[in-house]
Amino acid sequence: MDILNALVALLNFVFIPALAYGSQLALGALGLTLVFGILRFSNFAHGDTMAFGTMWVILFTWWFQSMGISAGPLPTALLALPFGIAITAAFVLGTDRVVYRFYRKKKAAPIILVIVSTGVMFIMNGLTRMIIGAEEQSFADGARFVMTAQQFKDMTGLQEGLAIKATTAITVAIAAICVALLFWFLQRTRTGKSMRAFSDNEDLALLSGINPERVVMVTWIIATALAVIAGTLYGLDKSFRPFIYFQLLLPIAAAAVVGGLGSPLGAIAGGFVIAFSEVFVTYAWKKVVGYLVTLDLAPETLLQLLSTDYKFAVSFAILIIVLLFMPTGIFKGK
Amino acid sequence: MAEPFLIGENMTGGYGAVDILHNCTIAVEKGQIAVIVGPNGAGKSTAMKAVFGMLNLRGGAVKLAGEDITKLSPQARVRKGMGFVPQTHNIFTSMTVEENLEMGAFIRTDEIKDTMAQVYDLFPILKQKRHQAAGELSGGQRQQVAVGRALMTQPKVLMLDEPTAGVSPIVMDELFDRIIEVARTGISILMVEQNARQALDIADKGYVLVQGANRFTDTGQALLADPEVRRSFLGG
Repeated sequence: MDILNALVALLNFVFIPALAYGSQLALGALGLTLVFGILRFSNFAHGDTMAFGTMWVILFTWWFQSMGISAGPLPTALLALPFGIAITAAFVLGTDRVVYRFYRKKKAAPIILVIVSTGVMFIMNGLTRMIIGAEEQSFADGARFVMTAQQFKDMTGLQEGLAIKATTAITVAIAAICVALLFWFLQRTRTGKSMRAFSDNEDLALLSGINPERVVMVTWIIATALAVIAGTLYGLDKSFRPFIYFQLLLPIAAAAVVGGLGSPLGAIAGGFVIAFSEVFVTYAWKKVVGYLVTLDLAPETLLQLLSTDYKFAVSFAILIIVLLFMPTGIFKGK
Repeated sequence: MAEPFLIGENMTGGYGAVDILHNCTIAVEKGQIAVIVGPNGAGKSTAMKAVFGMLNLRGGAVKLAGEDITKLSPQARVRKGMGFVPQTHNIFTSMTVEENLEMGAFIRTDEIKDTMAQVYDLFPILKQKRHQAAGELSGGQRQQVAVGRALMTQPKVLMLDEPTAGVSPIVMDELFDRIIEVARTGISILMVEQNARQALDIADKGYVLVQGANRFTDTGQALLADPEVRRSFLGG
């Protein structure tokens, strides 16, 4: 029995990847839940907003690289991020002006807005594929590791390595900063409080003189920024493919619903619940169990509950269970 | 007599094609309390909403301090100095008491500390609970938050739609006391009340509406003493 090595393997192959993935989902779910709280519909175009924004970040990254601009050990994409956010936010605000506002003025039912957002999704998806193509793009540069598996082994003398990728560390750090900034904004600033008030009680917010168009605009900008950051971090950590981003909508929506739609805290919790569940059931436990049991009991099979091909089934299953037994989610959303 | 501070004159209109109000007149003088009473479905709340601009009038006019505000939106009327406390959903339940008051003062750009202190003086319990979510408070306390929120704009007229709906008689008495105090600071009060007897007791002016039209209009005391009003609307 070797608890220490088992623990390191668990950290390396389950905990750290799930932490990074969970941070990316949490950022995505935060954007989705904000739009739901203020505009009161589930934005199906959110995944493609991530793809569209990440595409611009990649284009700017390439441009910066061609000019020899880099961020040293950090990925160049972080320099490109603000530009990607600006262009995507402008596009989304344009969409709001020509599409969503029309239905908002008509006080359309939420389901109509959901369908409208599906249309927007197809347009953004098409634009992304027209501009950058449907193929996979890698745009990570800078240092690859904060700590390699070999460094860890040399340091501790353990058999099992623990690697921390630079992109993982950056993902978790940036997610933490974004969440802290968002909560500070929502809790402490006048505009943030007016957004919460609008989400809480729209009629009373109007009576109090809160300008709905301004609240909607700020919400789109913040949700878009979060989506582009989440997309860029996901792309750095793994890789960028428009279709994968479209599929990310499912775990992100599941995260938002699990946490309670409209609740920012819930979106974060939901992101980690989904990420950890997904990694947990698709990880091959052979190695970890091998350390924990005596040799003759060591498993022959991979001990993988579900093939990674089926990882979306996990989000779906959790989504259905939550909707059946806890429809308002962990943090009592809407 | 000079024109009242706020008057909805000969108001006719409703939410859709059917008129609910028929030539209805509601007015309140500076620093006085006017109460609208009447049976269920008499259009009490509708009359108040009409004064606040929440439904389209086909006839009549609303004037505030002599200015015709008939065409203004409710939001614009708030800026003109009218405060409105809806009957339900009148607080931000997920926000703290203090944040509710801050949101009430959203349109103000000047310092709101003094007004907030005044509201806390008026409703000491709110000061105690100022960091608590408003949705966690009792019914009476929630009504205090709702009134406090409306007071944060420093309105000249405060309009209350059934402020004592669903609260216990003791809390009701206390709320009425507070409303009198608000009126003493020079703010005109226009309110709709189910508890007609108690409300008319504190009213300078009472309006008894029946089917969207004025039936009796007099001082609160006179209406209470009127045998016909007593028999028809106050249960003897």
